[in-house]
Amino acid sequence: MANQVVMPKLSPTMEEGQLSRWLKKEGDTVSMGEPIAEIDTDKATMEMQALGNGVLRKILIQEGESAPLGQVIAIIGEADEDINTLLQSAPAAAKKETKAEPESSTQADQDQPDAAATLEKDTVAKDAAAPKDERAAQSEATKPSGRLVVSPIAARMAAESGLNLSNLSGSGPGGRIIKRDIETALKEGAKTQPSAQAAPSRKASGKTSGAPAQTPDISGASPYRDVPMSEMRRTIARRLVTSIGPVPHFFLTTEVEMDRAADLRKGLNEIYPEQKISVNDIIIKAVAWALMENPDVNASFQDKVVRYYERADIGVAVATDNGLITPVIRAAETKSISEINSEIRELAGRARARKLTPEEYTGATFSVSNLGMYGVDEFTAVINPPEGAILAIGAMAPKPVVRDNEIRIAETLRVTMSCDHRVIDGAVGAQFLQSFKKVMENPLYLVVA
Amino acid sequence: MPVITMRDALNQALREELQRDEKVFLMGEEVAAYQGAYKVTRGLLEEFGDKRVIDTPITELGFAGLGVGAAMVGLRPIVEFMTFNFSILATDQIINSAAKMLYMSGGQFKIPMVFRGPGGSAFQVSSQHSQALESWFAYFPGLKVVMPSTPADAKGLLKSSIRDDDPVVFIEQERMYGMKGEVSDDPELLIPLGKADIKREGTDATIVARSLMVPLALKAAEELDADGISCEVIDPRTIRPLDIDTIVESVKKTNRAVIAEESHPFCGVGAEISAEITEQAFDYLDAPVKRVSGADVPMPYAKNLENLAIPGVAQIVAAVREVAYL
Repeated sequence: MANQVVMPKLSPTMEEGQLSRWLKKEGDTVSMGEPIAEIDTDKATMEMQALGNGVLRKILIQEGESAPLGQVIAIIGEADEDINTLLQSAPAAAKKETKAEPESSTQADQDQPDAAATLEKDTVAKDAAAPKDERAAQSEATKPSGRLVVSPIAARMAAESGLNLSNLSGSGPGGRIIKRDIETALKEGAKTQPSAQAAPSRKASGKTSGAPAQTPDISGASPYRDVPMSEMRRTIARRLVTSIGPVPHFFLTTEVEMDRAADLRKGLNEIYPEQKISVNDIIIKAVAWALMENPDVNASFQDKVVRYYERADIGVAVATDNGLITPVIRAAETKSISEINSEIRELAGRARARKLTPEEYTGATFSVSNLGMYGVDEFTAVINPPEGAILAIGAMAPKPVVRDNEIRIAETLRVTMSCDHRVIDGAVGAQFLQSFKKVMENPLYLVVA
Repeated sequence: MPVITMRDALNQALREELQRDEKVFLMGEEVAAYQGAYKVTRGLLEEFGDKRVIDTPITELGFAGLGVGAAMVGLRPIVEFMTFNFSILATDQIINSAAKMLYMSGGQFKIPMVFRGPGGSAFQVSSQHSQALESWFAYFPGLKVVMPSTPADAKGLLKSSIRDDDPVVFIEQERMYGMKGEVSDDPELLIPLGKADIKREGTDATIVARSLMVPLALKAAEELDADGISCEVIDPRTIRPLDIDTIVESVKKTNRAVIAEESHPFCGVGAEISAEITEQAFDYLDAPVKRVSGADVPMPYAKNLENLAIPGVAQIVAAVREVAYL
């Protein structure tokens, strides 16, 4: 009995997935539980497992294509059974991402004439992804006299570099636009109308970004390249719009004297040199401590109620190639600094390799973002909804401070807290900052906590 | 390396294969006592005797069929047609027997034979004696078709054809028998069937040429090079099975293809190559594939008309300029 394989819900916030890589080919035998594909969700790449035994009879979605949850993406069945009824009931192939290099796009064009045909109908692109069949797109931009006559290689080159063919005149017979016309146009840095359909590959983007450097004539809009968004980037975009817009943010800044914290770090690293404790680990611990002291900050706006969390689950912002992700240190108030250090290291490593599970990057009660290593003195961070606040850490810098009526040099750190005013008032936030500052300037509080 | 004529290269190939395998034998009109109508088989009767080098009556259908029968019982005949124009009479045996025997016998009878001889134009031999029939034979599954363009290719390809267990139609060119080239005397130097040869590398246009057209294509490439147009010249060497991959790789590089052949255009080998290029390299083409073929008329007798009927360097150059829009 053949089965349809549908796009599974692999994370709580997942609404659609992108097929990153098929691990099996059509015709391969699969067994229950065996991974058959890697799927890009909004945050990480996850393996999808076969839910039964059989042969992977038909792949309906190609690498790089996206599909919403529940859409049929493959058929598994016996090697010889008729799967036509199942195929017909599967909705048409989804929109594609033009990530492919030019060479592979030719092969894909031959393999999926049907997909290209449905693509022409489905050009309602939610994202910036371009239709794979550029010739179909370009035929809409015709000259006033009628058809656009272009050689195949010229059409492809134009599509890849985002050139609008209707701006070009062809030097071939009958006005045919030929390869040379595209090469000339690119050399002169021809202006393109910001075509929402242009999505050059990595190879072509090298050309367009190279063109401005060569051309002596710089006028009009800058040449550009459009890069299709990864799932992660789209999710960040979607979620943050639901943050800074609707969430009434306010910001509190304070400057912390870090000398004792720096000494603590030095001391810990003398005892455990392999551990390599950083200031950030101490900060996380201090934040957890301060949250326990100020439980009103460990809060979340839940429409009808304010939710107050019992544990300090701290989301630590990690920058990856694909975007920002915040793996969570659960119950940080119960963990030692070295435990926090190890956990952050492990989670960050897996975050960069896109191997975090959803439980590991969702459900924080408070987040910390540190741009100190990039030399940022201070900044305001955007709250990760539905959390109530986020703490932005700047760079440590030696500054003159007044102590006991004398000027001393102290290592200082500026931190800025962003609060959701629906659940945290100014005084509440300020008290949290005071606690945080107190424990950072006197880390011994951590011992008696 | 010794420099010898195409004729002598073919002669060496025949001699070496007759020496190597006593099941190989040669038959055709005038191949033995007369030393061959074009002297390709010179000296072979003397060396191998009349059981291995056999003069036949003027009965192409008959001795072609005889060859098939000999092949079916385990011999390896080389059947010479004085020109391939005369093979037309023998096509029933070539096509209905030789090409199909392996298939129809369920693999019980293989036909390891070679039909060889000159094809295409000669010097004023007129309509019935100037025909290029390679697309006829290449049409049939079960046959291999080989066309050398240099003495070295001729020797290596003929040896491979004789050692091949399938019926091979080996088409030489009378106008090229006197052509000289370097040929190794290594009796084990074979050129594999089904492999094209890039006779000249280039970047701006691909010229696919076979047999007589190869030297002309190379001359055209030189002429175009002086104008800054760099041509890649590909000689398929084997027409069936065709090494389309080499051709397609080249077109992907140059974006333009010109096919040069002396045969008629309609349903010629050029038409097949053009179709395959379009199917496999469509997205890389900057211009339609252009064929330069022989005139679509029976070959004239008059010398001036004959020259007009066969493509020359000028026509190939013009075709390349057309696809390069120069």
